[in-house]
Amino acid sequence: MEKPLTGNFRPDKNAVSISEYERAGGYQGLRKALAMEPAEVTELVKRSNLRGRGGAGFPTGTKWSFVPMGKEVSHPKYLVANADEMEPGTFKDRALMERDPHQLIEGLIVAAYAIEADIGYIFLRGEYKCSNDRLCRAIAEAKANNYLGRNILGSGYGLEIHLHASAGRYICGEETALLNALEGKRAHPRAKPPFPQVCGLWGKPTIVQNVETLCNVHHIVNKGPDWFRGLSLTDDGGTKLFGVSGKVRRPGLWELPMGTPLREILEDHGGGMRDGLRFRGLLPGGASTDFLVEEHLDTPMDYGNVQNAGSRLGTGTMVVLDDQTCPVGMVWNLEHFFARESCGWCTPCWSGLAWTEKILLGMEQGRGSARDLDTLMFQTRFLAPGNTFCAFAPGAIEPLQSALKYFAGDFRRHIDEHRCPWR
Amino acid sequence: MLTVEEREEIEAKLADYPNTQAVCIEAMLIIQRHQGWVSDEKLRDISELLRLSLADLDGVATFYNLIRRRPVGRHVALVCDSVSCWIMGSDRMRDHLCSKLGTPLGGTTSNGHFTVLPIVCLGACDHAPAMMIDGTLHEDLDEPKIEEILTHYT
Repeated sequence: MEKPLTGNFRPDKNAVSISEYERAGGYQGLRKALAMEPAEVTELVKRSNLRGRGGAGFPTGTKWSFVPMGKEVSHPKYLVANADEMEPGTFKDRALMERDPHQLIEGLIVAAYAIEADIGYIFLRGEYKCSNDRLCRAIAEAKANNYLGRNILGSGYGLEIHLHASAGRYICGEETALLNALEGKRAHPRAKPPFPQVCGLWGKPTIVQNVETLCNVHHIVNKGPDWFRGLSLTDDGGTKLFGVSGKVRRPGLWELPMGTPLREILEDHGGGMRDGLRFRGLLPGGASTDFLVEEHLDTPMDYGNVQNAGSRLGTGTMVVLDDQTCPVGMVWNLEHFFARESCGWCTPCWSGLAWTEKILLGMEQGRGSARDLDTLMFQTRFLAPGNTFCAFAPGAIEPLQSALKYFAGDFRRHIDEHRCPWR
Repeated sequence: MLTVEEREEIEAKLADYPNTQAVCIEAMLIIQRHQGWVSDEKLRDISELLRLSLADLDGVATFYNLIRRRPVGRHVALVCDSVSCWIMGSDRMRDHLCSKLGTPLGGTTSNGHFTVLPIVCLGACDHAPAMMIDGTLHEDLDEPKIEEILTHYT
């Protein structure tokens, strides 16, 4: 099976050097792209059915096609790599950046070329120190080898890349909040429209794209959209980094065809549950996705199929709940995170999530009442899409609403027994 | 007063951005790398150097998790409390670390040696529970491993 994203990873976990990267065919996609018109690159990416790997799954080529092009457009335009991986349970972009930093840089340059961007930023999670060191070094190497600069490989196209280490806040993963953070402001989301593709960083056309998404771009240019679609078992193109954490035998991260069945990831790769533990459910793509349970284990893991199962593919890194772990406690942990990370901009989010967290903590401490269940149900509607300024709170209540559905008996036991039965 | 090093590092960042406001977060992180935290005095120095309002700067400083407006110990342990680590027993690891050091979560040891703070997901979920000390990631924690790690910071 082909593994374009992780095929070059070294077993010793060190970063692939620029010479190793070039020997493995690195920067060939960039050379091909520079020989095309920018719009042709976007067209290839469109035809590949690449969708955003950050969580929302928006078709990548379509997003780029909204950027105003041509001589009349105001410059500079920006390409921003969203490397602010902070979704609890997610550890895929860190692996890509630490182990093959040139892959991200090549993908970024090709994407920037497609939208005629002048400047690239990598907006990096502040805690990712190792990624920071390795990316800095890779950027310097790329500059020295003429892959970055005013006249890349003699093509006349120029791009510089700056690395911005974030000071940390989950909302910075939201693309408009990220732009405010890059501008040196509090990272509140912006009203849309205007969309960043037209009016983004400092009011200029900007594309914000997740690390894993960018890592695919030059492979598509190099080997073609048909090859890329062929990597997948379903309609969404490419491979996907899937991860499993929780009490399974072999937690880890694997590059697999898009559409690999959930059961195969969990059992063949994750090794199944640890001895003596039973599977109860999982969050398929990080903290802000709905629980899936036993009945969903045959779901092919792609955007459409996971959505049909009632959740979202999200980041593709799943968190497994076992029968010795309290589901109410797990949801409390998740809502504690969301309440703490809410940016405070809109009232339903900061107020509703703090309220939700308090109720769940009360249940865990034996102070739950039957009315609390009604209040939690109310919150799932109150914080639903359309009622809040951005997608933060609707994401935050996804694990809650599905837990109330699949683990209703566990919530009731907390209330009836005035304690957490797992303590 | 900013030290010569602090000023030079901040000024070097000006080349990466079109205006001074965009540099303010990096500036605070630079101060923090040298001082451990951002004092009122240093914040005022940044506001003068970058010609930004002090109130705006403090608004930015207090928004971000990694900018500290209070002093910390010589070493800072960030203990992940997000979902994968929680499932794998991060509460117990946090309590063990705090009791070994003799400080509550959010506090600093009386000799100013260590501060323990909570942190959100460190992206080490397949090696949970995890923590970070002074930028170094420590994975697959259990009680003996925490004690072993601490011997490197005495």
